[in-house]
Order: sequence, then structure tokens, then C-alpha cells
Amino acid sequence: MSELLEMLEMPFFRRALVAAALIGFTNGFVSGFVLLRRSSLALSALCHTMLPGIVIVVLITGVLNQAGAFIGALLASLIVGLGSIAVTRHTRLPQSTALAIFFTTAFALGVVLIPYAHTAQNLEEWLFGSILTVSDADLKVFFGIACFTLISSTLFMRPLLLTLFEPNIAAVQGVSVRWMNYLLYALMIFALMASFQAVGSILSIGLLVVPGAIVSLYTNQTRWLFWGGGVVGCLGAVLAVIISIPLNISAGPAIVLVLGVLFLIAYLGSPSYSPLKRSPKTNISNHTST
Amino acid sequence: MSRCTHSHDQGQIHELVIKDLEVAYRTNTVLENINLQTHCGNSLALVGPNGAGKSTLLKAIAALIKPAKGSVTWSGEKNTQCRGGEFAYLPQHEEVNWDFPITVRGVVEMGRYSQLGPWKKFTADDNTAVEQALDLMEMNGELAERQISELSGGQKQRAFIARAVAQEAHVLLLDEPFTGLDRDHTANLTRLLRKLTKENRLVIASHHDVNTLADIFDHVLFLNRTVVAYGECQTILTEENLNLTFATTAHV
Repeated sequence: MSELLEMLEMPFFRRALVAAALIGFTNGFVSGFVLLRRSSLALSALCHTMLPGIVIVVLITGVLNQAGAFIGALLASLIVGLGSIAVTRHTRLPQSTALAIFFTTAFALGVVLIPYAHTAQNLEEWLFGSILTVSDADLKVFFGIACFTLISSTLFMRPLLLTLFEPNIAAVQGVSVRWMNYLLYALMIFALMASFQAVGSILSIGLLVVPGAIVSLYTNQTRWLFWGGGVVGCLGAVLAVIISIPLNISAGPAIVLVLGVLFLIAYLGSPSYSPLKRSPKTNISNHTST
Repeated sequence: MSRCTHSHDQGQIHELVIKDLEVAYRTNTVLENINLQTHCGNSLALVGPNGAGKSTLLKAIAALIKPAKGSVTWSGEKNTQCRGGEFAYLPQHEEVNWDFPITVRGVVEMGRYSQLGPWKKFTADDNTAVEQALDLMEMNGELAERQISELSGGQKQRAFIARAVAQEAHVLLLDEPFTGLDRDHTANLTRLLRKLTKENRLVIASHHDVNTLADIFDHVLFLNRTVVAYGECQTILTEENLNLTFATTAHV
């Protein structure tokens, strides 16, 4: 405990906690959309794709910073996303197959190129996260992403939900389904951009999937997914950063580990889905869930 | 969500006109030469064999697919933006995400969004419309609070019809609305469709059962990639037209 208080004196640790809270909240909030969109696989492809995008930007510019990383990641994911859509449209391959071909190829390219990218920063930190080294400028970016997420999804919650539920009915009801899909992509890419510094490009998908999944085990009300996911993501990420110090483990993987364990507990304790409660007596309620 | 110039007073007649409509998926022409004129206060059945283009025609009317040729106009306007809220659409089951964490009531409430737009609050009127729609489809009480995957096929269908009803749309486009309904609920839906047409709404639905056709609908359009016959049920529902529509092999 005293060790923790000592750590709180350190500016870098306080920054890390704020970053974890912001990133955890944003990703948790957006995870509701990811769940409803049933697009976990596509997102996994997206975050793998960010690697070559960033590496190539580093090769060209020689430096690694937030803006460059963002542009590289965005371009790479656009190329892979649009490429897979084009292939799907002109062949009979399902989009998941086309996506898998594109993103593994892109990821392989990234891995091959890593040795050629010489930067002051450690590229590996970008791959697996370095939340303990975030700067004040990074925090501002995370804060901006959190604000964008909250404001845009609150403003457009109804058309977003209509689109996610059944795009055809939504379109007939007058929703611009295409723009809502763009907004959803933007929300996901921004959330990934934020989490990728915390947990790295490979593990970031966990932060963007698990919180919403946990909340969905406990509610039939769509709106709870978002704020509930945000709170779970925020608390999980902060808790993980705190325990990573005494346990002496990396903060990035700790975040995904904590969320994974939380999911397991939530699953076992879920009143409707727990495998422990599938006995003939369905109304056993020893585990009271909140 | 929409800005339309025309009003919707009772008694005013709004026409739906389909002219030379042709729809193609890639190079495969699914519908061609569709001409049709109807107006609110009518109920129209689309009848034809599998692959005749019934669902496609409904989607084209709903402006969900772009025609290769021709046009669909409602109230003299081609502007599809105008249709937001005025059209309600019931898709076939397989297109719905049943795992969505939402209750039956939540689904029906979504029907109100087209009137409310993104920001307006639910009013007492909206809640009344939702309650009435649930009552009409006998989905009130415990059923209304169930997550949608916990429903039977017929109940799912009723939940989505209730949503379309709650929308209080001018035109209802229903893809196989009677699928999965038992005898009592078939009778119930028949009464509801009759009531909706009496309220001066336009109901267009694809339908399978030729025997019940005349009991439910005023007009029928026999469809097999193009219009085989179209008119009032009494005059059009003949053995000859049925044979013409369903004799797919004759076309090859």
C-alpha cells in the first residue's frame, strides 16, 4: 500500500492512471457498438493492420509520433478494409476470408519491415503498449477521443441503434445508414488508436471487445451496454495499472488480463447464462449479481 | 427526419406509381417492365413462385435498392428522403440480429424513432402508440419484456409487425407477414390489415397462401419477374392467372 502511495507521487504514474481511465472508458463505451455490430473479427483484422501502417510511416519519416502513427494506421486499415470489400464484391469469397488474407499479409509485411525502422523510441513498445510512458500531449489526445466518442454517439444514438439492429428497416425509417456506418468505423478506429498506446496494436482488440461483452451478460437493455461498458473498461484498466506495479508485470497485458478475468467472473456469476446455474432448479440465487 | 411538402389529412389520396421498373443484381435481371398504380386505402398482395421477385419489388418500393431502369413515385415525389417515417418495412426473419440485447418493447419503441428523429423525447402519445401496437399483436404483458431471441417464430413475427404498426406509417411494406402465425393470430393479423387499410393506409405484402388471398387483400399482383396480372382479387384471381404465374417451366 505504501508502495502504491509512493508511486502516486510520481507524475508518470499519475499520467498512466489518467490514461488508463480515459482509454478504458472510451474503449468500453465503443465495445457496445462492436458487440452489436458483430464485428469482432473485422476489428481484430483492423488492429493487426495498424502495425504495417505505422512501421511504413516510421520508415518514411524516420520518427514515431502520435500523428504519424495515426495517419499510417488509418491508411493501412483503409487499404485493407476497402481491398477486402472490393475482392468480396468481385468474387464469391466471403468477406471474412478476404479480410483474413489481407490483414495477415499486411501484418507479415509489418513484421518483415520492423528491423529496418530505426527510431529513438522502442518500436516494440508500440506493439505491446507503453502506458507508463504517456506524455501530457498524449493525454490530451485521449481526452479528445473520449469527448468525440461521447458526444457523437449520444447525438446519434437512435440512428446508430436502428442501423445496427436492422439496416434495411433503418433506411426505410429515414436513417442515412451509410453515414451511420462511417461514424461507427470512425468510433472504432479512434478507440483503437487510443488503446494501442496502452496495450499495443495486438492486444487492443481485447479492450475494445470485453467490457461490452461483460455488460451484455447482465442486461436486455441496449443503452446499458455503452455506459456500463465504459465504466467496466475504465475501472478494469485503472485496476490493472495499479496491480501491475506490485506484481511487476507489464501494464498493457495486465489490462487485457484483468478484463479477461472479469469476464470469466461475470460469466460464471451471470443470472441468465452461467454454466453453474444450468441445473434443473433454475431459480437458485446464491450468487447475487449487481 | 424528412422534409416533405405534402400533407397527410384523412381523405386525401396519395398515389404510389411504379413506372417501367427494372431491377438487376449484377447482370442478372430480377424484375423488368413493372408498371403499377395504387393509392392509400388499398391492400395489395404480391403473389408468385420462389424467386419471382416479390421481396425485391418490396425493397425497390422501399428505395432499399436502386432500380436499373424506371421509377417509383409516392405522392408525386421520387425523393426517397420524403419516405422516412412514411414507409414501414417488415423484412424476412433471417436479416435480423436476434442476439441484440433488446426486449420486445424496445423493438416496438424503435418504430417511433422515425417520427421522433434522433433527439426528441418520448411523449405520452408515443407510449400510447407503443402500448396499442403491443396490444394489437397480443404481445403485451410478460412477452413485451422478453429478449427477442426468447420468442417463438410466430411471436418474433408479431413483434416486428407491432413495430411497423407503432411507426404509424402511411405505407406498410410487409415481406411474408403471415409466416409462422398460428390460426388465431392469422385471423388477428387479417383483421389488423383490414383496419389499417380502412384508416387510409396502403398495405403491400407478399403472400403465399392463394386460398386466403381474397379474405385479406383487395388487390393482387401476380408476379413472375414481371407483372403477370394485376387488379382486384375478384376479377384477377382465376385458375388461368395462377397457372400463368406459377408455370415457371413454361418460360424456359
